[in-house]
Amino acid sequence: MFKKILIANRGEIAVRVIRACRELGVLSVAVYSDVDRASLHVRKADEAYHIGKANATESYLNIEKIVDTATRCGAEAIHPGYGFLSENAKFAQACADAGIKFIGPSPASIDLMGSKTRARREMQRAGIPLVPGTSAGVESYEQAQQTARQIGYPVMLKAAAGGGGKGMRLVHSPEELKPALESAQSEAGGAFGDSEVYLEKAIINPRHIEMQILADEHGNVVHLGERECSLQRRHQKVLEEAPSPIVGEEMREKIGDVAVRVATAAGYSNAGTIEFLVDENKNFYFLEMNTRLQVEHPVTELITGLDLVHLQIRIASREKLPFQQEEIRIRGHAIECRIYAEDPDNNFFPSPGKITLLLSPSGPGIRRDSGMYEGWTVPLEYDPLLAKLIGYGTDRQQAVGRLLRALNEYFVGGIKTNISLFRRILSDPDFQAGKLDTGFLDRLLARETPVSADGNSEIAAIAAGIFAVLDSAPNSSQVSTGTLSPSSNGMAPSTWKKAGRTEALR
Amino acid sequence: MNYEVRIDDKLFHLELDRSEGQWHCKLNGTAINIDAVLTRTNVLSILLEGKAYEIRRELTINGLHLWVGSSRYSAEVRDPRSLRHRKDGTVGNKGPQMLTAAMPGKVVRVLLQEGAQVEAGQGILVVEAMKMQNEIKSPKAGRIQKIMVATSHAVNAGDLVAIVE
Repeated sequence: MFKKILIANRGEIAVRVIRACRELGVLSVAVYSDVDRASLHVRKADEAYHIGKANATESYLNIEKIVDTATRCGAEAIHPGYGFLSENAKFAQACADAGIKFIGPSPASIDLMGSKTRARREMQRAGIPLVPGTSAGVESYEQAQQTARQIGYPVMLKAAAGGGGKGMRLVHSPEELKPALESAQSEAGGAFGDSEVYLEKAIINPRHIEMQILADEHGNVVHLGERECSLQRRHQKVLEEAPSPIVGEEMREKIGDVAVRVATAAGYSNAGTIEFLVDENKNFYFLEMNTRLQVEHPVTELITGLDLVHLQIRIASREKLPFQQEEIRIRGHAIECRIYAEDPDNNFFPSPGKITLLLSPSGPGIRRDSGMYEGWTVPLEYDPLLAKLIGYGTDRQQAVGRLLRALNEYFVGGIKTNISLFRRILSDPDFQAGKLDTGFLDRLLARETPVSADGNSEIAAIAAGIFAVLDSAPNSSQVSTGTLSPSSNGMAPSTWKKAGRTEALR
Repeated sequence: MNYEVRIDDKLFHLELDRSEGQWHCKLNGTAINIDAVLTRTNVLSILLEGKAYEIRRELTINGLHLWVGSSRYSAEVRDPRSLRHRKDGTVGNKGPQMLTAAMPGKVVRVLLQEGAQVEAGQGILVVEAMKMQNEIKSPKAGRIQKIMVATSHAVNAGDLVAIVE
């Protein structure tokens, strides 16, 4: 086992990995940019080093600086988290060259799966079912036009180096192709430094189902069941759950077998995810493999009882998988909500800023992986993911009920978040019936927001007045958490209450 | 204390007094029994005839908001004795419209030229922030009088980026 691990990431995932390190008795090292000195991962780690400017290319994407920091502080391994350098083969190679273990697959596996076009060719050879389309990048608008005509509209444009929906466009008709191609290439170039884009036949409103796999460095590969990730906005996952409402034991075994074959064909080791599109007849097609830990890994952890980050670290230190496929049991149901700093009432515009008040949920079946705290200013330079709220229950219905309850306890003040969106999703009859596809969220959002006519404006008015009185009263506007001042805060029992109790006692 | 309180578009007259830690409250002339405790900064627990409420206060550049359960109410509190008065912040759709950046970011594309005709809701330029690209759209149909920024310019929240007339 390693003695010290550097985490080349920030936000909730850095905190997640730091916690795993502490649980395993491994020292953790955080790295941070100019704007992240006060971020939670820096506060939680055993050591922390500054690596550069706010712009990610000069800090969290700076391979040389990160490897150098790891060497100087004596870290034996680097965990890349997700995003940033997690799927960068050059980074994995640079770690190996410096004698540092990269906690993830080999550079060759990352390279293969990192190019979606190469992965398609490889998987075609291995006999894996694929969506019809090109297995090479689009060279010109004219060529794209021709290919699109051949496979038939609608088509999907995708960044070859892609992930997270960046550089991805759905094209319904020939007129839309040119602007879509230009913006996809521009976005892909900006996000990945590679503007290669390829074409695929678009399966309209498919389900998006992915398989978690684990592979050790001794040739053992298992799958940990599927996750349903059909709830997306702009091809960005918003809510994920496991197991999928439509996947039974038999289908799980079938997709799981394919996933294991994909991982084996790629010579894969460590944790990985194979994404599939599933059409209405439950046919599934290989979409891509993510060669890293996924944002939504907690739902799999809850239903399998396994800790994926612990296992990633154990695998990287050359341990064998401690179980076989037959020993993996799926129990209960888990759902994850991605809490983003964005405004659902204003077209989901990002909303960085200072968190002035934070009330966090807890209680049965609730897990919260968070990178924020009260008083922290959310920087504008990075992904707006603040935290993940995960509900677990014996069955799907209980998980939904627990999440709705927890969402009502959750309050993030000072910035906008998408918490209200999850109340809408989880209360939706189709969602509750498990009728999901990738068009679900757009349809939900196209419907008018239900007016919250809960008639609490009177209580709001009274509260506004009380706050004003307390603000103007000396020494009462500042109340330190946990201490109550009876004289200034109305702690004395009201006569009405006294009378009421007397009445009740009769 | 007497207050004029506006919650969304409803106006309330509120009389509040506190003696010996007990609140006396009249809302629009009707006496209401309440018990209130500030449990932490910006969080108020109110019992109204036995019904429990937790009210959270949020103060941002967009003004004062109160949250009751999962509902958000915009609020304005006026002390009639005070001379401070707020201007009505609503703006009509007539005349030239100033388009401002809603948050800091970088201009990645300018979609239309000065002088071009626009439809309501049509994108004029694209700003990238937090790795997402967002279009700034025209609030009305008209003509683009001026565009203040160019590709790769950095913008701050509230910066004027274009004028549509």
